[in-house]
Amino acid sequence: MDTRDETTTARTLVLDVPDWPGHLAGQHVDVRLTAPDGYSTQRSYSIASAPDGTKVELTVQRIPDGEVSSYLTGVFSIGGPVELRGPIGGWFVWRRTDAAPVLLVAGGSGIVPLMAMVRTRMAAGSRVPFRLVYSIRTPADGFYADELRSAGVDLTYVHTRAGPGPVGRLTAATLDSHGWPASLEPACYVCGPTGFVETVSDILVALGHDPGRVRTERFG
Amino acid sequence: MGIVTPGFTGRAREPGTKLPPGQYLTRDFPVLSAGPTPRIPLDKWEFAVITETGQRHTWSWPALLALPAETVTVDIHCVTKWSKLGTTWTGVSVDTLLADVETGADHALVHSYGGYTTNLPLEDLLDGKAWVAYKYDGEDLHPEHGGPARLLVPHLYFWKSAKWVRGIQLTPEDEPGFWESVGYHNYGDPWREQRYQGD
Repeated sequence: MDTRDETTTARTLVLDVPDWPGHLAGQHVDVRLTAPDGYSTQRSYSIASAPDGTKVELTVQRIPDGEVSSYLTGVFSIGGPVELRGPIGGWFVWRRTDAAPVLLVAGGSGIVPLMAMVRTRMAAGSRVPFRLVYSIRTPADGFYADELRSAGVDLTYVHTRAGPGPVGRLTAATLDSHGWPASLEPACYVCGPTGFVETVSDILVALGHDPGRVRTERFG
Repeated sequence: MGIVTPGFTGRAREPGTKLPPGQYLTRDFPVLSAGPTPRIPLDKWEFAVITETGQRHTWSWPALLALPAETVTVDIHCVTKWSKLGTTWTGVSVDTLLADVETGADHALVHSYGGYTTNLPLEDLLDGKAWVAYKYDGEDLHPEHGGPARLLVPHLYFWKSAKWVRGIQLTPEDEPGFWESVGYHNYGDPWREQRYQGD
């Protein structure tokens, strides 16, 4: 249907999926590609958009030597068919009816399912307090930058390689200052590369968050 | 066969590699989990088999390590599509752990530290199909990968190989575990591509 470049290596695909049953923020789809010789392969991609009829947006990060990502961010053209299955996932989801404050912690492309939550909240006119801590290498690596500025969430960037402010990895001090206190019993969602998720979820537990309220989704 | 995707050719295939449908080969070892990694001190660690009548058989960490262990090389298949071939594990066969257990139950609910659960038919844990593994690739199993010990049931999707395992509860009725209760398949045979409920 449409594509939109988020960064030099990530692209959002706006797909029209007939008979799409709707989805919850945080869910993903399985995309299957089939070569002419019958070989097929599948990957999971988080849905980036809030539910909106038959429209489903996926933001795909191109991975070096990525079999599926290089196709989806390259050859795949507007209007081309793609097979997908979903929505999938019942754990790493945020529902508009969830009243607790929400802490979202994203590493790189881990922002995608969390953006679906931000967009769902916005579309619902929800006043549930959201805080987002988004760790990226440099400002140029951030997805949805303009939209996040006016999305109604408290936003903190962490730049790990270069940036206008302090540069370095996400630390316990940052999560302590820019996350929610554990006493508020927020729902925490952490998404990104596995090392990032491991570190962040350990920090959240060490800060007193109930492990059962820290939901994780690891990429790769 | 699915619809052919225009312009897609895929990466070069290695001949002779047989993977379950929908899987791709990985050479690294991805980590997936629902939440933070539980950290269990070995002096507090315990493994229990609980029968349907409430009888408990327990092993401390030293007791587990004292049991006869096996080193096995198996292929593992994750429901998120990656497969890793020829992985080597050391652990105690579940047959050994159930050897002196009297039960009439047909089902098992596996429990992990941190609250994770997964269910399987008891027969899928017997006859050399399952282990409580504490070494991967010759080294102590990392907490990220389920250490100190995890269940290993390679013939099913790897979510059934419960990390941070703490016990097997034998149940007369089938009780769905964590992922099985949120849309994943109750049994999970990779060769029949049983990923989600309804497959």
